[in-house]
Amino acid sequence: MASTPRAQAMTGAEAVRRALQGGSTDWRSVVFQTLLVLLLVLTLGILAWLLAVVFVNGIPVLAERGTDFLTSPLASRPQLAGVGQAIVGSLYLMVFVALISFPLGIGAAVYLEEYARDSWFTRLINTIVRNLAGVPSIVYGLLGLAVFVVALADFTGGRSLMSGGLTMAILVLPIVIITSAEALRAVPGSIREAAFGVGATRWEVVRSHVLPYAAPGILTGTILSMARAFGETAPLILVGAVVGGFNVQYDSVVGTLQGRYTALPTAVYDWARKPPTYSGNVYAAIVVLIVVLLLVNALAIYLRNRFERRW
Amino acid sequence: MSVRSRQASPADDERDVHEGPTIRLMATTQTLDESEQIQPASAGAQGDLAFASDDVVFELQSLSCFYGSFRAVRDISLQVPRNKITAIIGPSGCGKSTLLRSFNRMNDLVDSARIEGQILYHGVDLYADGVDPVEVRRRIGMVFQKPNPFPKSIYDNVAFGPRVAGYRGDMDELVERSLKRAAIWDEVHDKLRQPGTALSGGQQQRLCIARAIAVEPDVILMDEPCSALDPIATLKIEELMRELKENYTIVIVTHNMQQAARASDYTAFLTMGEDRAGYLVEMAPTQELFTRPANRITEDYITGRFG
Repeated sequence: MASTPRAQAMTGAEAVRRALQGGSTDWRSVVFQTLLVLLLVLTLGILAWLLAVVFVNGIPVLAERGTDFLTSPLASRPQLAGVGQAIVGSLYLMVFVALISFPLGIGAAVYLEEYARDSWFTRLINTIVRNLAGVPSIVYGLLGLAVFVVALADFTGGRSLMSGGLTMAILVLPIVIITSAEALRAVPGSIREAAFGVGATRWEVVRSHVLPYAAPGILTGTILSMARAFGETAPLILVGAVVGGFNVQYDSVVGTLQGRYTALPTAVYDWARKPPTYSGNVYAAIVVLIVVLLLVNALAIYLRNRFERRW
Repeated sequence: MSVRSRQASPADDERDVHEGPTIRLMATTQTLDESEQIQPASAGAQGDLAFASDDVVFELQSLSCFYGSFRAVRDISLQVPRNKITAIIGPSGCGKSTLLRSFNRMNDLVDSARIEGQILYHGVDLYADGVDPVEVRRRIGMVFQKPNPFPKSIYDNVAFGPRVAGYRGDMDELVERSLKRAAIWDEVHDKLRQPGTALSGGQQQRLCIARAIAVEPDVILMDEPCSALDPIATLKIEELMRELKENYTIVIVTHNMQQAARASDYTAFLTMGEDRAGYLVEMAPTQELFTRPANRITEDYITGRFG
C-alpha cells in the first residue's frame, strides 16, 4: 500500500526514531545564517564605531564646559563658542515648522483620505506627494532661497527665521501628509459606516471618530517629521542660517521671525569647516544633536505604544 | 394581505383590491422546463408580492446596482412591508448586501457605485435630487455584518446618533431605553462608561442594534448580523428582531437559511445569473417559500442542492 519497502523493513518505534533522528546537518543553512549574522554585526559595528568616536571626543568637552557650552552664543574663539543660539534657533524653527506644516499636512491628508473621490486626479496628487517626500532637501533649500528669501523678502525679511521655517515646513509637508494619511487609512471602514449609518454627516464622522482614532498615529508621524527637520542642514544653509557670530534680539514676534537665526546642525557644519581647534566643539554639538533626536524619537515611540489602537 | 401574481403589480392603489388571505396563483406543479425558461433578464417580474400601499415601506422598481461597469444586481422589483421582517437570502456574491446597502444609500460611500431604476421609500424616490442621504440613513438604520462599536464608552456609542441628530431630550433616559429595547441593558447598566469594544461579540452586536434604534429610525437594515456570532448569541438576536418588528420594519440579509426560516415573515431569494449579476428569483411569505417554493432554482437552493 502506501508503505515503502524501507519502512516495512524496520518495525514500530525503532523505525520512527531512526527516521526522526537520522537527518544530517544542513550545512548550507548554517553558512547562510552565519553570513547574515556577520552582515548584521558589520552594519551595527559601523554605527557603533561612529557613535563611539563622537561620544569619546564630545563628552569630555561637554564635561569640561558644562552648561556653559549649552548656553553660550556662537563666537570666534572655540573656547567661548557654544550652542546656545543654535538650540534656541532650532527650537523656534521647530515651533514655526509645526505651526505651518501640521495644519496644512493633516488637512491635506484628511481631504485626500476622507473627502476626495478616487479619481485620476487624486491618484496623481498622491503620487506627487510621495515623490516630493523623496526629493533631496537641497532642492527645497533652492526653492526657499528663490521664493522666501528673494521673492518674498519684504514679508520674510530675507535670510530670516521665517524663511528657514517656511522652507523646512515645505520640506516636511509631504512626510506629514503621508504619515497622517496612513494613520487615517488605519481606521477601519466599518467605523465610518457605523457613524454614517446613524445619520452622521461626513464632517461629524471625521471629527468625532476618524480623527480622534487616528490621532495617535498622526501624532507619531508628525513628531518623526519634526525630528527629520531638526537634523536637516543643507536647506538651512541656503536660506540663510547664520554660520558665524551674530547678536540676536528676540524682542518682538515679528522681529524674531524676520531676524537672523542659526540651528544646531548648521553650527555643526560651520565648526566642522573651521580649524582643528574647533573639533572638540563639533563633537560636543553632535552629541547634543544626537541626544535631542533620540529623545524626540523616544517620545514618538512612547506615544505610539501608549495610545496606539489595534483593530 | 399578500398576493402572489404572475403579473407585475400595478404601482397605484389598485393593489388594495388584492387584500385578503394569501392566495397562490402560481401553479405548484411547475415543471423543470418552465422554470428553466425564466431568464435573468425577466427576473424583475418575479418579485410580485403585493401589499396594501399603506403597508409598503420600500418599493423597488427594476433596480440595478453597479460598481463601475460591473452590474452587481439586476432588475429587481419587490416590495418590503411595514412592521415585518423581510429576509434576503441567496448564495455568496449574489448581491444581497449590495441590494441592502442601496436601501439607505450606504453605497454612496463607494465611489464607483451607482444604481438604475428606483427605490421608493413611502413613495419617495430615495435617489431623487434633493434627497439628503444623511437624513435617509437616520430614518433607515443599519446593523452590520461584523459588530462595529465605536471605541468609546457604551453610553457614547448609543448617544452619538441622537447627538448628531440634535436630540434635546433626556439623553440618559434615551440611552437606557435604547439599551433595554436591544435587550442588553441588564448586562451593561452598571458599566455604561466602559468601552463598548470590551463586550463579547454578541453583546457588541446588540449594542450596535441599540445604537441603531437610539435615533428612532423607521427601518432597520441588518447585513448578516449573526454571521460573526455563536448560536446562543444568534438566537438572542433573532428573539430581539421579533420584538423589534412591533415598532420597526426590518430587512435582514442572511446566508443562513435556517435563520431566514426561523426569524422572517417574508423571504426574497436572489441568485446569480451568467453575468454574475444577482437577480430576484422569487419573494414570498417565508413559510410558503420554504415549503412550496414556486421556482425550481429556489427549491434547489433551500434543499441544499446548490449554493
